[in-house]
Amino acid sequence: MNYEEKKRLKIAAADIRMGIMTSTHAAGSGHPGGSLSASDIIAYLYTREMNVDPQNPQWEDRDRFVLSKGHAAPALYSALALRGFFDEKELLTLRQCGSRLQGHPNMNLTPGVDMSTGSLGQGFSAAAGMAKAAKMKGKKFRVYALCGDGELEEGIIWEAVMFAVKYRLDNLCMIVDCNGLQIDGKTIDVMPMEPLENRFAAFGCDVVRLNGHDFEDIEKGFDRFERNRGSGKVTVLLMDTLKGKGVAYMEEMAEWHGRAPDDRQYELAMAELEAHRRALEAL
Amino acid sequence: MSTKKKATRVSYGEALKELGSEHEDLVVLEADLASATKTDIFRAAFPDRHIECGIAEQNMYDIAAGMSTAGLVPFASTFAMFSAGRAYEMIRNTIGYPHLNVKIAATHGGISVGEDGASHQCCEDFGLMRLIPGMIVMCPCDDAETKAMVRWAYEYQGPVYMRFSRAASDAVHEDGYVFEPLKAEVLRDGKDCAVIAAGLMVSEALLAAEILEQEGISVRVLNMHTIKPLDEEAVIRAAQECGCIVTAEEHSVIGGLGEAVCACISENCPVPVKRIGVNDAFGHSGPAAQLMKEFGLSADHIVSAVRELAGRKH
Repeated sequence: MNYEEKKRLKIAAADIRMGIMTSTHAAGSGHPGGSLSASDIIAYLYTREMNVDPQNPQWEDRDRFVLSKGHAAPALYSALALRGFFDEKELLTLRQCGSRLQGHPNMNLTPGVDMSTGSLGQGFSAAAGMAKAAKMKGKKFRVYALCGDGELEEGIIWEAVMFAVKYRLDNLCMIVDCNGLQIDGKTIDVMPMEPLENRFAAFGCDVVRLNGHDFEDIEKGFDRFERNRGSGKVTVLLMDTLKGKGVAYMEEMAEWHGRAPDDRQYELAMAELEAHRRALEAL
Repeated sequence: MSTKKKATRVSYGEALKELGSEHEDLVVLEADLASATKTDIFRAAFPDRHIECGIAEQNMYDIAAGMSTAGLVPFASTFAMFSAGRAYEMIRNTIGYPHLNVKIAATHGGISVGEDGASHQCCEDFGLMRLIPGMIVMCPCDDAETKAMVRWAYEYQGPVYMRFSRAASDAVHEDGYVFEPLKAEVLRDGKDCAVIAAGLMVSEALLAAEILEQEGISVRVLNMHTIKPLDEEAVIRAAQECGCIVTAEEHSVIGGLGEAVCACISENCPVPVKRIGVNDAFGHSGPAAQLMKEFGLSADHIVSAVRELAGRKH
């Protein structure tokens, strides 16, 4: 990846993070922590990886994205606005009556949302169904599902992994936002599942651990997915991240899982993100 | 009325095979019960479109949801207990909420499951599925109705829950019968009481009406094959014209057809009602026919209920 592309991706991720802060602040609720941790991954997907058309969100051959960790909706909405699916001003309506931007994604309301999610574990299962349908119909589109590491505690995830491996869904990519925190604390304390590599490998997946804030690493992951096409292997990308990444006072703090910034916290966060963005542009 | 008996689960399997030959986009999902749900009939004809999901019903329904978004029409089958029951939240959030085009085909509904006992006798599915906004809830009474219903469900855009039986049903319909979707079917007219029944209880209701006729009590029998949306017009007309109603279903008296009818008439045209159903109890093992009697689900029970209500009117 060249320098300019990396810079572009970093700026896109900063824009997504500002959208997250602006929308959750306006809403007075929401999930900034797990949205910020996933921002670099989502920036990469929506501005470099996925084949989508904002003018035709229902295009039959588009790549699909399922936000299985549906509570990170502010990150998805910011990315969709950035990609031109709707105006970024709409981010200010998040979680309000009459808004198309529900607290958790709704595929029938929001242009660009491919599956309604929010109840953990189910999005990945639906994504496997999409990938299976693509195989049956001879379609070339790819299906990306973003899960949380805590979400992997849901039994249905492993039912769906077995299904994906059985049906050789090499058009399905599971990305795990491994931020290490969930509502009740550290994932290793709440329900220890590491090393996750071993679990996914034992289920028959091609699994790799990467840095979810390093665009070259993220690229390596999606290159690996591309190489797996045609092999019958299901790709699992374990992306190590920091919950709250990009907003210093939120980083690695479980309490920012489901709480919006107040006015002062919002200004602090925006000042930090804007300074970061200006520094990137000056490079 | 013909005397040919067939379980509606068998009719379901046959209907799938018939529809499968007409529609390439029809796919069938199964959770290791193909010989019981009778999707094995479809599998023998279309092995590539029969998707075995293993013993993982929750995943099966979300897989079906995902497949439907790519233009396929999935029929996902397992026992009523493991669809409406075990996979309730998957059906609610990932099929019902986005209103996806998934057909939930639940066999082995009700107490007539028999020997397997309470863990497998689902008498709560109508209630669970009725609670989901936009869900169509259906239960056919015989072979001909099942085939027409499955065909209609394929054509309809949106989620449909269909309950089929393990035990064989009498044929209620003659050859050449035409299914009228979403409308109650008047199988027999009468003026003293209306019996509104679904599934296996429809033939019991007809039997009860014959017995009562000998006593000079004239009974209207409505086959309410679609429990939601309820054909309110037919229910209100029955209340107005017959003056009392008996409901009959192989389901808990809580949450099912009986409650739906009560809600409708108490708001529109209050008349006395008696609900025939499972009285807030778990079932147990035993032969289906014996269980139906023990749990109050027979023509005799309908006869007693009608006598009581019709008698009260005079």
